[in-house]
Amino acid sequence: MAGQEQQQPQSRDTEVDEDVPAAPPAPAEGQASAATQGVDDLLDEIDGVLESNAEEFVRAFVQKGGQ
Amino acid sequence: MSGGLPVGGAMRVMGSETEYGIHAPSAPGANATMMSARVIQAYAQVTRQRAAGGAETRWDYTDEEPLHDARGWTLERSQAEPDQLTDQPPVLDAEAVALAYGRQELEADGEDESGTLLMNMVLGNGARLYVDHAHPEYSSPEVTSPRDVVAWDAAGDLVALAAVRRLAADPELPPVNLYKNNTDNKSVSYGSHENYLMPRAVPFGDIVRGLTPFFVTRQIFCGAGRVGMKQDGSRPGYQISQRADFFETEVGLETTIRRPIINTRDEPHATADKYRRLHVIIGDANLSQTANYLKFGTTALVLSLIEAGLAPKLEVHEPVAALQAVSHDTSLTATLRLLDGRRITALDLQWIYFEAAAKHAQDTGVADAVDGDGHTHDVLERWSATLTELANDRAAAASSVEWLAKLSLLEGYRDRDGLEWGHARLGLVDLQWADIRPEKGLYYRLLARDRMRRIVDDGMIQRAVTEPPSDTRAYFRGRCVSRFGADVVGASWDSVIFDVPGRGRLQRVPTREPLRGTEALTGGLFARHREAGPFLSELLGLPPGS
Repeated sequence: MAGQEQQQPQSRDTEVDEDVPAAPPAPAEGQASAATQGVDDLLDEIDGVLESNAEEFVRAFVQKGGQ
Repeated sequence: MSGGLPVGGAMRVMGSETEYGIHAPSAPGANATMMSARVIQAYAQVTRQRAAGGAETRWDYTDEEPLHDARGWTLERSQAEPDQLTDQPPVLDAEAVALAYGRQELEADGEDESGTLLMNMVLGNGARLYVDHAHPEYSSPEVTSPRDVVAWDAAGDLVALAAVRRLAADPELPPVNLYKNNTDNKSVSYGSHENYLMPRAVPFGDIVRGLTPFFVTRQIFCGAGRVGMKQDGSRPGYQISQRADFFETEVGLETTIRRPIINTRDEPHATADKYRRLHVIIGDANLSQTANYLKFGTTALVLSLIEAGLAPKLEVHEPVAALQAVSHDTSLTATLRLLDGRRITALDLQWIYFEAAAKHAQDTGVADAVDGDGHTHDVLERWSATLTELANDRAAAASSVEWLAKLSLLEGYRDRDGLEWGHARLGLVDLQWADIRPEKGLYYRLLARDRMRRIVDDGMIQRAVTEPPSDTRAYFRGRCVSRFGADVVGASWDSVIFDVPGRGRLQRVPTREPLRGTEALTGGLFARHREAGPFLSELLGLPPGS
């Protein structure tokens, strides 16, 4: 594909000072565990909502063409 | 310029279109067009309950011109793809249904009086609900501000939800799920389109030059996020946009094959020598209200720049490849090559557009917090705040940027369960993110926990399900349908057709000016008449009783 040279997600400049979603800035201890607790709660809730057979459900979601 | 609206900012006549993904888990292999027709049928039943007169109306196809190209020519019908012929009613008549599915299927389905399945409705809120190819589609009524787009677009999700609930309650039919997303991750994509009214005098080349760099990069705040790379999702990974991998060319008329960054379909649905309707096909469907708001608000601002001849003068090298490179770079650090040799990030490029739009809006006065147009100031503030957060505080950005909100959920699963990107559970999270049922849709689970910012409250969205916007012709269309539904035999963006008992012929009321037919202009007329006959007589200047 043309334009390969534009695709360089890994080659970050060293001085770039941005956060990556997986590694939010470390807050104070108490906040950190509260935040983790919030994520755990959320994932627990979503575990109960997700369709039961992930592989089969995703495979069966087949669409016809659209715009 | 859009008629009488303030010029230079984010106000403009515009609207959204959403094609929903459709799936019946208990009936694999069910025909998608048939299921989509059932969705329309189910909503017709809901509206019949709501309004005794029957608040549904057929679509009038006389002004559809899908083969008109904005570059100045018309595609020969014989050379068009069959699915480009959207000016022909996709009626499933009884015979075609029987041939395809057998009589039982037909009998299990509700038919209307004429023996055809309802494929097309005009709603009391001024929207259109219909079967487009193999998907149910909601086209919002015309509105004038990004805030109203968010409300009437989200109203479409409630319309779709009402149909899903109705079908779920029917023991005769398989339950149907609808998803506000854009791909099945098996090489099929379906659209979420934007429409913007523009003066015809703006040269189309200016639109292409001004919009392309903006469209290549705006996904960083309005992409919905996608698990899977390439059209068929075969390469594991996560990318910013649902749609980017499905675009193959820079400019073109098609919307289903060789998809172009700039679509040239030229059906103004309005006075053709004054207006063009810019049909934008590159966006993702958004559940995040902020993402949807910024998608329309910033695009409207950039169109104002283009109309004033003030769009930033820059060109991206190989825009289609750049579009995909931006989508594949969730770190937002990849650089794009410009034709002048510069290399800048997508964020840099958005800041260039922001600065130009902010300056133009200041110069025209529409951005003033007190004396402005009441919308542009807020759009500019949220645009700059979001770009700043994307660079400095991604956790904060995740409450408005949809691809980041989804990514943070996926990263939670990856961390807790040690999942690789190719794991089916992550694919399910991506799919179920867009389930329109609040108890199943993961976006709605985050919204319920106040993890997603709101632009409009639930009450406004609920009202937008039944009420038309007050300040466009959608007011007239919607009110005619909900007040005189029994006497309205058809409607389209630019007409309402009446068949009043006792009158010899149909009466077609043209609505070619999008900013007429407003509550201010026609509210009194609706207040004075409960019957279609006298209403039409006064509207058309006929003697009473004629």
